Parts: sequence; C-alpha cells; structure tokens
Amino acid sequence: MTDPADLTIAEAGALLRAGDLTAVDLLDAVRRRASMTEAILHGYLTIDHAGASEVAAEADAALARGEDRGPLHGIPLALKDNMVTRGVETTAASRILAGWVPPYDATVVQRLRAAGAVIYGKTNLDEFAMGSSTENSAYGTSRNPWDPDRVPGGSSGGSAAAVAVGSAFGALGSDTGGSIRQPAALCGVVGMKPTYGLVSRYGLIAFASSLDQIGPFGRTVEDAAMLFEAITGHDPFDATSSPGPVPAVRASLDGGVDGLRIGVLSELASEGVEPSVASAFQDTLERLGAAGAIIEEVSLPTTKHALSAYYLIAPAECSANLARFDGVRYGPRIDGPNVEQMMAATRRDGFGPEVTRRILLGTYALSAGYYDAFYGQAQRVRTLVVREFAAAYERFDALVTPTSPTTAFPVGSRADDPLAMYVSDVCTIPSNLSGDPAISVPVGLDEAGLPIGFQVLGPALRDDTVFRVARAVESLVGFEARPALATSEGAA
Amino acid sequence: MTYEAVIGIETHVELGTRSKMFCRCPVDFGAEPNTNVCPVCLGLPGALPVPNRQAIEWTIALGSALGATIATNSVFHRKNYFYADLPKNYQISQYDVPLCVGGHLDVDVDGTTARVGITRVHLEEDTGKSSHLGGDGRIHGAEAVRIDFNRSGIPLMEVVTEPDIRSPEVARAYAQELQSMVIALGVSDARLEEGSMRFDANVSLRPHGTETLGTKVEVKNMNSMRSLHRALSYEIDRQTKLLDSGGTIAQETRHWDEANGRTDPGRSKEESSDYRYFQEPDLLPLEIPDEMIDALVGALPELPAARRDRLTELGVDPASAQTIVSGDLIGLLDDAVAAGADPRAAGNWLAGEVTAHLNRHGGDPMSLHLDGPGLAELCGMVAAAELSATAAKEVLAGVLAGEGPPRAVAEARDLMQVSDEGALGAVVEAVLAEHAAEVARLRDGEERLVGFLVGKVMAASGGKADPALASELIRRLAGS
Amino acid sequence: MPVEIDIARVARLARIALTDEELEHYGAQLTGILEHASTVQALPTEGVEPTAHPLGLVNGWRDDEVGATLDRDEVLAAAPDHEDGYFRVPPFLDE
Ligand SMILES: [Mg+2]
Ligand SMILES: [Zn+2]
Repeated sequence: MTDPADLTIAEAGALLRAGDLTAVDLLDAVRRRASMTEAILHGYLTIDHAGASEVAAEADAALARGEDRGPLHGIPLALKDNMVTRGVETTAASRILAGWVPPYDATVVQRLRAAGAVIYGKTNLDEFAMGSSTENSAYGTSRNPWDPDRVPGGSSGGSAAAVAVGSAFGALGSDTGGSIRQPAALCGVVGMKPTYGLVSRYGLIAFASSLDQIGPFGRTVEDAAMLFEAITGHDPFDATSSPGPVPAVRASLDGGVDGLRIGVLSELASEGVEPSVASAFQDTLERLGAAGAIIEEVSLPTTKHALSAYYLIAPAECSANLARFDGVRYGPRIDGPNVEQMMAATRRDGFGPEVTRRILLGTYALSAGYYDAFYGQAQRVRTLVVREFAAAYERFDALVTPTSPTTAFPVGSRADDPLAMYVSDVCTIPSNLSGDPAISVPVGLDEAGLPIGFQVLGPALRDDTVFRVARAVESLVGFEARPALATSEGAA
Repeated sequence: MTYEAVIGIETHVELGTRSKMFCRCPVDFGAEPNTNVCPVCLGLPGALPVPNRQAIEWTIALGSALGATIATNSVFHRKNYFYADLPKNYQISQYDVPLCVGGHLDVDVDGTTARVGITRVHLEEDTGKSSHLGGDGRIHGAEAVRIDFNRSGIPLMEVVTEPDIRSPEVARAYAQELQSMVIALGVSDARLEEGSMRFDANVSLRPHGTETLGTKVEVKNMNSMRSLHRALSYEIDRQTKLLDSGGTIAQETRHWDEANGRTDPGRSKEESSDYRYFQEPDLLPLEIPDEMIDALVGALPELPAARRDRLTELGVDPASAQTIVSGDLIGLLDDAVAAGADPRAAGNWLAGEVTAHLNRHGGDPMSLHLDGPGLAELCGMVAAAELSATAAKEVLAGVLAGEGPPRAVAEARDLMQVSDEGALGAVVEAVLAEHAAEVARLRDGEERLVGFLVGKVMAASGGKADPALASELIRRLAGS
Repeated sequence: MPVEIDIARVARLARIALTDEELEHYGAQLTGILEHASTVQALPTEGVEPTAHPLGLVNGWRDDEVGATLDRDEVLAAAPDHEDGYFRVPPFLDE
C-alpha cells in the first residue's frame, strides 16, 4: 500500500472517512517522512509535536462522534513561520524574533483549526519573507528536494519543500512578489496567490502590506483549492479584507478550457527564459490549444517596469512595518546606555543583510525630497499596471507565463548579487502589484531533472478561473514525477 | 522696539469612545498598567488596525461645529519616528488629506471678539505612557524608564489653529472655548490635568506693524489654563528680551516648568525630523457619505456661545454663564430652572460654590450629589428667608458631601433660619440687656449700632436668625 | 538617474547601528538598485492616481465595541525586561 504521506488531501480524507486510516496515522506518516528528509531538507523551523498529536487524536475522536469539520479534518499541514501561532514559537526566520512565543493566533490559523486541520509545524523562509531562495533565513537554508545542492526557491521555500516531499499534506505560504508561486515552481508543487483581500492578513507578520497575501500549497490543484476555501473570507480584524462573496473554486474546477480565451504575456514569456522552461511552456500552450482554448499573444509593456516599481514599494512599506522590532516589547535586546542606542544595536544585531538593505532602501525612498520621485512614482506606475491588466482581461479570461524564468539555482549562486536575485521574480511580481489571483502548476522537468512551473493569472475575484485553468493544465500535462528525497531510497 | 506675538495652538483631545482607535481594547483611564492591551495597540508582529467609526464621526462633529469643510475623501498616513512608547514606531495619523479643513472659533476677551482661524482637525492614535525612574522622575538624569501601553491607541483628535493669536489672554480664551465645545459635544471629558486635553503652542515675535514671521518656538507641557497663560507670557517676555539685547531666537522646542515658572529648551536634536509620511496600507481610504455628514450636523447640540447667550437672557450673570458652560454645569442649571429656581441665583451657586467644590475635589458634574430639584430647593429656601446666606453655604456643603437634599441637611444641621418673632424676640431682648450702653447710644441716634447689635443676635442664634427680622426687632425693642 | 545617498543619515532614520564599512557597502548597493529602479521615472504618470486597494474598497471601519484584551503575564513574559507590570527600558536620550 502507498505510504500515507504520499496521498493527496482528497485521497487521505476519503480513507479517513472510510475508517481505513486515522488522523493519528496521517500524522505518524508525516513524522516518518520528516525524520527521513529534514536532515537534508531543513524545511521546518519548529515542529509542534505535542500540539499536533493532541489535535490529531481529537480529530479522530470527533469523527468517531460523527463530527466532520470538512475536507481538512485530521489533515497534517505546515505553516510558513511568518504566521503567528499562539503558544508556538514564531520567528519569521529572523534573529530579532528568536524565541518569540505569540500570545495570539493569526486568522488563518484560527480558520484552519476550525476546519479540523492538524498544524504540524512552522516552515522555513527568507527572513521576513524577503528573498527568493530561503538563503536569507537566519536559521539556515532549506534545500530543494529534487537536488539538495539547489535552493527550493523562496521566500516560502520551506512550505514548498515540505509539501513536495510529503512532510506535510499541504501548507500555507505568503506571496508578496511571488513567494508562493516561485518556490512552488522550483519544488514541483502547486502554489496559489489569491486575489488581494480574500485572505485575512491578521497575524501575518507584515513585509509589504499592500502586496502581501497568504495562499495555499498542495501537491494537486484540488488540494490547493481545498485550502483556499478554508482560509478565504471576510475578517473584521483586517480592514483591507474583502467583505464580498468569495468565488467557489472547487465547484468549477473541472470546467475545462474549451472556448476560454488565454493570453500569453509576450514580455514575460520570452526574455531571459531558459530554453527548457520555454519549451515546457510552449508544450503546455499547445496542449491547452488542443483542448479548445483560444491562445493569443498579448503585450503589456508596463509589466517591464513592474520589477522596478516593486523594489520601491515593497522596501518602503517594509521599512515602516519592521520598525516595531526594537527590543522593547518582545525579542532579544542588545543593551545600551540609552533607549536609542539599545534600539539601534538590537536592530543591527537582529536583522540580516537583505532585510537591512531593504529597510535602508525603503527609508531612503520615503525620505523628504525623494518621496515623489521614488515611492510616489512607483505607486502611480502600479496604477498603470492595474489598468493594463484590466484592459487585457476585457479580451482574455486568463493570462499565462512561465512562473520563473529558470529552474532551481545552486545554493550560493546569486547570494551576492541582489539584482540577479530580484530578477527571479520578474514573472510573478506584476500580479502582486495588480492584486490579481495567480497560480503555479508543475508542467515538467528540465534536463537536470528540476521541475518547471506554469503560471496562470486571472482578473480580480476570478480565482475560480485561475484554479480551473490550472486544473486543466494539470490533467493535460499529467505531471507525476516525485522528488527522489520523497522515497526511502532517495533519503538513504 | 515693541513686538507683536504670533501664536498658533495645536490641541490634542483624547476621545471618550468605548474602545480604542484601531482596536477593541477599552478606553479606561484608571486601569492597572498594561492590562488594556491587545496585539494591535502593543504593536505585536502581525497585528492590523481597524478604525473606530465613532471616533471618525466625533471628529467630523467637532469640525462641523467649528465651521470646517468636511473632506468626503480622506486617508490615514503613517508618521514614522522611533520612540519607546510608540509601539509600532510609527503613529497612524493624517497628513495631507485630514478629515476637516478650515473653520474658526470666536472668543471674547475684555469685550472684544477675536477670531481664531482653524487650519485643520484630524484623527490619530495616542502613544503609551513612560515614567522615568530616578533623576526626580524627569527625563534628564533618569536611570530607567517604565512603559504602560494602556493609553496606546486611544483616539486623539488634533485641532490646529492658524497663527492668529496675538496674546496669552486670547490663547487662554481660545483654549477654554475649545474645551467648552468639546464638552458640549460630549466627545471627551477634556481634562487638562489628566492629559485628556493637551496644548502645544508655537510662539514667534515680530516688530509691530510688520507682516514677516519670526522664528517659531514650540512650547509644550502646559497642563492647566493658568499654565498656558503663564508659559506664553513668559515665552513672549523671554523672546522680547533676547531680541532687544541683539540676540536671535533659536528654532526649538521648549518645555514649560510650572514649578519654576519658566520654559527650558529640550535637548536639541542632531537633525531635523523626517517623518517619511506615506498612506497607511493597512487601512482603506475614507469616503464619508453625505448622509453621514448631514446626520452628524443635524445632531449637533447647542454650542457654547449659544448656551452662554441663552443663560444671559435667562438672567444669569455673564461671568457665571461662562463658568457654567465651560464647567459642563448647564444641564444642572437647566434642571434647576425647570424645577422653579431663579436662574440668576442658581447660576451664582453653580459658578461659585459648586465650581469651587469641583475644583477642590475633582470629579465630574455627573457625579455630584446635587441635582436640579435640589438646587431649586436651596434657592427657594434662601428666597423665602428660611436660610441665611451663611447657612445656605453650609447646607450646600452638606448636600455636596452627600448628606441629603437641602431641607433635610438644614434640619439635620439645625440651620433653619429663626424667623419666628417670639423665639427671636427672646434672643434680641437678651442681647439688648447685655449691651445696655450701646442701646443707649443707639437711642441717641448712633444708627450704625443696629448693625453691631444684629451681629450679636446672629452670633447668639448660632447664625440661624433672619437678619432683617432681627434688625426690625432691635429697633422696635430698643425704641429707637 | 544618478543617485546620491547620505547613507549614514538613512541608517540613523532607520535606527540601525552600522559600522563605516557597512555603511559604505550598503550605500553602494542602494545606489545600484535605485539607479535600476529609477527607470520608473521615465513612465508618463501625469494625472494618474496611486492605487490604494486593488478592489477599490473604502472605509473598512468598525463599530465602537469593546473586545478581549491580552493577559498581562503572557505579554510581559515575552519582554526583554519588565517590572511591576511595566515594560522597562534604558533612559531616553532626548525630550
Ligand atoms: Mg499629533
Ligand atoms: Zn488594543
């Protein structure tokens, strides 16, 4: 029989309800898989053994009573460690939060608990979600399950890697410039960024408030859709959360692409894209066309400037969001003769180089005399991006690009060059600026055996379209490969 | 050279909402430190602000009362600066699109009306409170600082004037009038001593007859109307002397030292602040519906100027009217008049004894042991000569001490005026017998001795005698 | 666009104590990034409003109702220093 750790959430749920498996069995399977893989992978920062055991046992007892909390009932999941969990250490992979045990739960955590999910642990990330490789974690780099010499992508690299190897059935990440989709692509799993405002950010340690959005990872599009439905919906604790209805994504998952108009973003689908990525992308387009989709090229010239706008907006917001880490109320403190020096020393010691760089960049971009040239202009460019997308969506139901121009790169290869690292996100950043939904689905392996992601973008609040196209891609391509690390031989 | 003072005032008013500005923590001033706190007002990682609609409405109400234009589109900004009692190290405030713009407040000083222009009214959040340990509790020389975040996130309304004020007297009158306005609207208890209303002033001087603006000095830490007046007088004097002796004014912040009656410079900052304002991305833009503004304007209560006019027309002394309105005692006066009190007499009691009692003991008008009917009863007893003026004061003291309504207090304390001829006659006879020599001189036409003898009768009766009746009986029995 | 950065002042504003070498290092990196990012300045944006919320939502306010507060012991347990129910920090330098 299959190791339960290799089941999808949908399959595991069916066996659970049939009485063939228990939630405790699922948790044990995840534990065994983690113990096989973690020494190499380093996907997790914290594992909540006691909490997970308790919740799994409770989930079994509830099912025995006939109490079924839905598709995530009894399913072990992982959370990126920038979502606060009451009583479980949360650090955002920063030294400045070392040892911090939050006194409250993020809204998504409350929702997962209410849905009966078992939160197994907190996954590694680039410090404060700033990065594309997890190399900026203060607690060590996570590794790519397909090739441990390579990065898993980032910033939600730990979540993507854990789902890829089966040390979690699904996971949540956060996506500010591609931080869910890019690691999903590099690890060969599905990763989705919902429409901005559909998932509460309450309890998500902020990087760039106007861009941050929590979203799901799954091994299948359906699994990601189940997580999406559990975490979306208005939250009175997040003023920016949408009060309107959330699109039902699972109901239309198998709607197919026949007659759908799909635009290929020419600016992002060509320049700098590795040949293997370009060819997998083309191959997928052909399959979509054969399935009845109407495929056309579309040019959105402003998207070329999206990266520049992003690297002004995100640091500006982060410079204020990270001001609260000052050694007064939580986290470690480096003492000083006065409070000003204490704060400056604490912040110098607590933040890594990438975070420091972005705080400085944002502070400068907001400072008197530069505001309008940098932050103000970037926000106006953002409006141009929004308008260009809106115009495109008058002609197309969905837009597609490769998720990342390259497959997973070797650990250390881009660490000294911030600009080269930033380019990893060129395809994913535009939908953070526009706030629109986007998903990455695996479509193949390159010649080195590394996964390639295909990105589907849709208009705001049409998260259903994005899921539906991704589901079609998934079934048309039939990507079935699993990383070597996920099998006992690979880990041995 | 003679100079003209140019003064602008910034006022911060803590709103008396049930919950804080951006979180659901209670606004409660007496609580144990760090008990009214949550992830939001402690600036914990991940927490997000959600604005309190009531605070927005009250800011619009005050703006409307000041004749401001209400911005239908307004936004919150982040004002970035590091300070240990500011949990996020930015304050959510408003910058270039405040809720209310323009307006004015007229104040009367010595019979002249001065118009003070209002620049803006905006909404922001308060900081926590620091207390300095060692070094006499002052910042300078302190060994450590303790911080309580209960105050963090309480809604603060900021009212900024144009530099229209020319004297400490007008400044004080403006401050009092704004306080009365806030009280009339019921949006804050506006107590200076407790910091729920705080004034900062910008002061500069220029030669009389010129229009140029001098270097501004910001004066802080004035926590009574009296200290506002004193601090501004001191600062004008200091700047005048400095300019006259050929010095120049430094642009700085100075702190009023109440005990020593002087302003002292803060430690000057090495560089000017740069608040890096940007639109708060955790909040949505405000789009105030017209119906909301109309409803708020329609519900505005009677404003202080109108209240004073109405009281004066009722016959209340104008100075008393001012005190009653600014002391939030108008409800009590209206109730007393409704219960039959003479407005002037009731007004005098409220502006005099009752205000003095509140000043001495603190507490607010709502917690007084005196109500309208009680005050009317007291006025009635005095008018009916059942209480002497002296006795009435004592009765009121008893009422305010919670001993009961006036008549009950007067009886319990045995203060009812003796107006009965028989009873008083006996006292008068005894007094006359004791002062035979004075009686003789009175008979010889030394009229002023009536007053002397009335005094003796009052003393002998323990203050309860009706002085008019006593005087009449003295004349009659002395046969003068 | 050539970019001039007073990096020491930026670090003071950001309240991060950096050595001279670090300042120089970050200053050079920022200059590079900003020169790249300043391509946004070439785009015509006259009369274009900045985007506040992608869904165009407004207000997002709540009613004035009181909710739960945190347990003080739990809050102070996370603090680097506290006494008698207060957070404790070194003395303030100015005002
Ligand atoms: Mg202010
Ligand atoms: Zn609070």
